[in-house]
Amino acid sequence: MRVVEKRQLLSAEEINRTLQRLAHEIIEKSEGAKDLAIIGVRRRGVTLADRLVRSIRAFSRADVPMGILDISLYRDDLSTIGPQPSLQGTEIAFPVDNRDLVVVDDVLYTGRTIRAAMNALFDLGRPKRIRLCVLIDRGHRELPVEATFVGRDVQTSDTEIVEVRLQEMDGEERVVLVDRVP
Amino acid sequence: MQRLSHLLGTENLTREQITFILDQSKPFQEFQRYPLKKLATLRGKTVAVAFFESSTRTRISFTTAAARLGADTMALQAESSSVKKGESLIDTVRTIEAMRPDGIVIRHASSGAPEFVAERLEIPVLNAGDGTHEHPTQALLDALTIRDRKGGLEGWNITILGDILHSRVARSNIHLLTKFGARITLCGPAMWVPRELENMAPGLRCTTCIEEALEGADVVMVLRVQTERIHEPALAAEEYILGYQLTAKRLRLARPDALVLHPGPMIRGLEIDPVVADGAQSCVLEQVTNGLAVRMALLYHLIGGAPVDAPHPAKDRSNASD
Repeated sequence: MRVVEKRQLLSAEEINRTLQRLAHEIIEKSEGAKDLAIIGVRRRGVTLADRLVRSIRAFSRADVPMGILDISLYRDDLSTIGPQPSLQGTEIAFPVDNRDLVVVDDVLYTGRTIRAAMNALFDLGRPKRIRLCVLIDRGHRELPVEATFVGRDVQTSDTEIVEVRLQEMDGEERVVLVDRVP
Repeated sequence: MQRLSHLLGTENLTREQITFILDQSKPFQEFQRYPLKKLATLRGKTVAVAFFESSTRTRISFTTAAARLGADTMALQAESSSVKKGESLIDTVRTIEAMRPDGIVIRHASSGAPEFVAERLEIPVLNAGDGTHEHPTQALLDALTIRDRKGGLEGWNITILGDILHSRVARSNIHLLTKFGARITLCGPAMWVPRELENMAPGLRCTTCIEEALEGADVVMVLRVQTERIHEPALAAEEYILGYQLTAKRLRLARPDALVLHPGPMIRGLEIDPVVADGAQSCVLEQVTNGLAVRMALLYHLIGGAPVDAPHPAKDRSNASD
């Protein structure tokens, strides 16, 4: 099984512009960012959440708190994927009760990750609202999950994978569509 | 790093495996502070908790760990079971196995019992203490406590005080800590600290003099005087207190920031002065919380998920590149 790059979806510059736009959208649609908090889903969601928070701070001066969510303990595929994923830990330093949360992840696909993220958040308290922000929505939902803030919608097939590569983690900055070839 | 299929002892764990377990315990330490301490991670799994020897703390700790992960437990306690009627260990265990648990936590009075069981069953076995041999989860929670309080696990001067000869806690700690360069001193009355123990690891030393043992210690581990284990009335309590009780005055011989650990249950006024037990250097309550975290991490990794070499039908479907 090989992985073959089919085409680039976003360049480094496009990623940056998209995140800037998303940051503005979030603030615009959050009625003054009063109880707003951004939660990044490990691992790439965390990097993206961090960038969004910095961007928000730069243009609005609002200091929106950020949390990190590890959903490993809440996944629904644990008994089928092999040995347990290593835990990296959830770090949310503020109470979740009555917060207006925006959960951030790189790609929205089946929706199972976000279901797990919501379960994790409900174990911590009762948020006022949870909305989802993703860089790429690739369709193929298996659960009734939707993203409020979407970077780009991309049509994909089942064998394809959307790879979001970020400088901090992968040493390069681009989003590519890859295919699995036997 | 080789993933574990059982946890039988610390002697055969690598530094990497130990570090992995301690790291994986951290999210579970955090978890103990959540308002809702209930996960669905091991939902549908059953853990057989088979204690052939009396214990309250370890048994409750394992049972709570399993429950918080969402697993069910099957409790077997020696007093109330067929073991008293003369059933052999292997038959009892085969009976439990026939009820198809996903893992078994076992405490037994015979050294080697967990390994015996692991060789014959298809499910993960966790040793909760076997005879005088090992008590690996205790050593792991002690290591986590030391690592957290001291900022690291490397190269400490560790003094273990008490009946070392009969202590599986001491043995598991010795195996674990020497892998991290600890300089260990074993101290107690002569018949409980035979010199042969020095062969367990390089740099280990034995002494019957508590003052000498405590000098410069970074960590002092106080063992309980196990009256149910020794068969001869070896030492009168007053003599033990005089020679080996960890008093506040004696503790001052150790480093000023030395930690005091005790596996519990403590007998205040016997092996440990109540002032020390309740003092700032005492870690006993953290040890209990850490015990829960360590056991949750172990159950999560050993009992959760598919067997290490199972085929992965769902793996290809995920978009997760993490």
